[in-house]
Amino acid sequence: MNLWLTLAVNSIALGGLLFLLSAGFSLIFGLMRIPNLMHGSFFMLGAYFGVTFLSRGMNFWLAALLSGAAMAVIGGVIERFLLRRLEGQVLPQVLLTLGFAFIIGDISLMVWTGDPWQPATPAHLQGALQVAGLFFPIFRLVMVGVAVVIAIALWLMVDWTRLGAMIRAGVDDAPIARVVGIKVSQLFTLVFALGAALAAFAGVIGAPYLSVYPGLDFEMLPLALIVVILGGSGSLLGALVGSFLIGFLYNFGQAMFPDLAYVILFLPMLLVLVLRPQGLFGRVVS
Amino acid sequence: MVVKRRTILKGMLGTTALIAAPAVLRAQAAPFKIGLLTVKTGPLAQGGIQMEQGIATFLKEKNNTLSGRKVELLVADTGGNPAGAKTKAQEVVERDNVNVILGPLAAFELLAITDYVRDKQTPLISLAAAEDVTQRKANPFVIRPSATSAQTCHAMGDYAAKDLKFKRAATISEDFAFGYEQMAGFQRVFEDNGGKVVKKLWPPLVTPDYTPYIAQLGNVDCVFNGFAGSNPVKFMRAYADLGVKTKIPLLAGWTAMDDALLRSLGDEAVGVLSAAWYSADFESESNKRFVAGMQKDYNVLPGGYSAGMYIAGQCVEAAIAKLGDKVNDRKALADELHSVSLTDTPRGPVKFDKYGNVVGDVFIRKCERKGGKLVNTVIKRYPNVGQFWTYDEKAFLAAPVYARDQPPAKNLE
Repeated sequence: MNLWLTLAVNSIALGGLLFLLSAGFSLIFGLMRIPNLMHGSFFMLGAYFGVTFLSRGMNFWLAALLSGAAMAVIGGVIERFLLRRLEGQVLPQVLLTLGFAFIIGDISLMVWTGDPWQPATPAHLQGALQVAGLFFPIFRLVMVGVAVVIAIALWLMVDWTRLGAMIRAGVDDAPIARVVGIKVSQLFTLVFALGAALAAFAGVIGAPYLSVYPGLDFEMLPLALIVVILGGSGSLLGALVGSFLIGFLYNFGQAMFPDLAYVILFLPMLLVLVLRPQGLFGRVVS
Repeated sequence: MVVKRRTILKGMLGTTALIAAPAVLRAQAAPFKIGLLTVKTGPLAQGGIQMEQGIATFLKEKNNTLSGRKVELLVADTGGNPAGAKTKAQEVVERDNVNVILGPLAAFELLAITDYVRDKQTPLISLAAAEDVTQRKANPFVIRPSATSAQTCHAMGDYAAKDLKFKRAATISEDFAFGYEQMAGFQRVFEDNGGKVVKKLWPPLVTPDYTPYIAQLGNVDCVFNGFAGSNPVKFMRAYADLGVKTKIPLLAGWTAMDDALLRSLGDEAVGVLSAAWYSADFESESNKRFVAGMQKDYNVLPGGYSAGMYIAGQCVEAAIAKLGDKVNDRKALADELHSVSLTDTPRGPVKFDKYGNVVGDVFIRKCERKGGKLVNTVIKRYPNVGQFWTYDEKAFLAAPVYARDQPPAKNLE
C-alpha cells in the first residue's frame, strides 16, 4: 500500500516535469511541423544555465526564469535565422536540429565538463512531508504545483487570447491563417522561443532531482517524443494527459515489471501510432 | 575526431623542451610512445577526461622522461563505443606505432580490442573491469592495475557480514555486465558469511528517476549499490529525499562513491560506506604527490580513473627501467609488465597475478564532511586482495563467470 502511494505521488511529480518539457515541443511540432530534436538539448542547456546561476548564489526561481529567458533568445535566433530557411523540408529540419543537439552537447561538455552537477534543493523547499509514515519530498509536490500553474497559464493563453487564437489557426491550417492576415512567420518565432524557454525552465526545475550531466539531453528527448505522440501534437491537453500517463506508466511499470522498463514506455506509443496516429487528442490534419 | 598531436603536446604541459629542442637532439633516441585510448565526448567523457589528467600528471612529474627515455603521449578519443575503440586502437598501433596502449575506459570497449592487441602483440594497460579478460580468457598482453568488477565488492560483502553484522541485503545496480559482476561478488561473499541477499534490482542504464526502485527495496539491513557515471548522484539524492537513508544504511562500489564524484554530491552522501581500490585520503608518498599535482593543475580531487592511469604510468616506468633498450620489443614489454611489483603507488603496493590482474589493497571508506568538504575516510584496509578473494583459484575459474544470475540468488523474496 505504502509503495503504491509513494509511486502515485511520484508519478504525478514526474508527469508535471514532463508536461513542462513537452508542452513547448508539442506546440512547435503542431504549429511548424518541425520535429525539434534539439528539445532535449534545450532542457539540458537550460539546466546548465540554471546550475551556473545557482552556484553564483541566485534565487532558485529567478535562476529558472532567467535560464528560460536566455533559452528563449537562443531558440528564437535559431528559428529566425536557420530553421526559417528550411520551412516545409522535414529531412533538412531533422538534420539541422539533430546537428545542433550534438553541437550543444559538445559545447556543454567543454564548458561544464563531464562532472554531474546537482544543485541543492532550494532551502525553503527541502525536506519531506511525513504522512502516515510515508515521505513526500516537498520539492516534488511544488514541482507539480508549478506545472499546474503553467498548464493553466498556457491553456488561458491558447484558448482565450487573440494570440492563442492565431496560434490555433496556425496549427490547424497555416496557409489559410496567412490568407486571413495572421503573421504566421512571426508566430513561428514566438512559439519556438516559448517552447525553448519552457524546456529550459523545466531543466532548472528538474535539476535538483535529475541532476545535470552529459547525455541528459538524449535521455529527455525520447520522453518528450512519447508524450507528444501519445497526446497528439499541437494539443496542450494532449501534452498534459500524455505527461501524466507516462509519469504513471514509468513509475508503476518499473516497479511492477522492472525488466520491461522500455516495453512499458514504448508499447503504448506503438499502439497509439497504429490505432490512432494523430494521438489521443490530436486533430487530423489533411 | 582524429588523434590530434597538437592537443596532446598542449596537454603535456612540461613539453616545451621537447618541442623547442633541435631535431638532432630528438633524433638521438626515438621517444617511447604511449597511446591513450580514452573518451572525451558523450556521457562517458567524465571518466575519460580524468584518465587523461592522471597520466598527464604522472608524465609531468617525470618531465616526460621515464628511466632516461623520452616519452610521447598520444591521446585518442574512442567516443565511448566498441567500434570507436577498435578504430582508434588500429590508428595508434599501425600509424603511430605506439609501444604500449593505456585504456580504454569501458568494458565493452576493452572486449572489442583484446583480440586485436593480442594479434598485434601490443601491451595494453586497462582500467576496464570485464572479469574474463584476466580470468577465463586471460590475454598475455593485457594487465589491469585497477580491479575486476567484483574485486572490491568481495571485500564489501565481507565487511557487511562480519564487521557490520548485517543479515539481509538488497542490491541495486545498472542492468549491464559491470553491475552484474559487482553485485555477484558482493552477494557471494556476503552469503558465504551468513548474510542473505533478498532483493536484486536492475534499473536500466538510462533511468531519469530511481524512486520506483527505491520504493521496492523492502525490509533489509543494508542496500549495496554499484552505480557508475552520473547515476550515483541521482540515486543518492532520491535515496535521501525519500527518507530511506536514515533507515537503511547505504553501501557502494568504487564507481558509486569515487573521490572525483564527491564535489558533485551533497549531504546525501554523508555516511555512505564504499569499497574501493583507491582513496585520495590514502597517505602514501606517491599519492600525496599525485593528489597535490592534480589539485594544482586541474583543481580536482583525483578518483580511480586518474589514479589508475597514474599507476599505469608507474608500471610502464618500472618496465622501462628493467628492460632498457629491449623495451621496444613489445612481447618482452608485455611479459615485463606482468612481473612489475611496485611498493609505492597512490593505492599502496601493487603486483600482478599470472592472469595480469592486480593484487593490491582494498579500502573500506566512510564518507564524511570535513572542513565543509566531503571526504572518503579510510576506515579499514584489506591488504593484498586478489581477484579470487579467498577462494581457490581453480574452483573459482571452473565456475561460470559472474553474471546477472551467477551465482544464483537463492534467498530472493
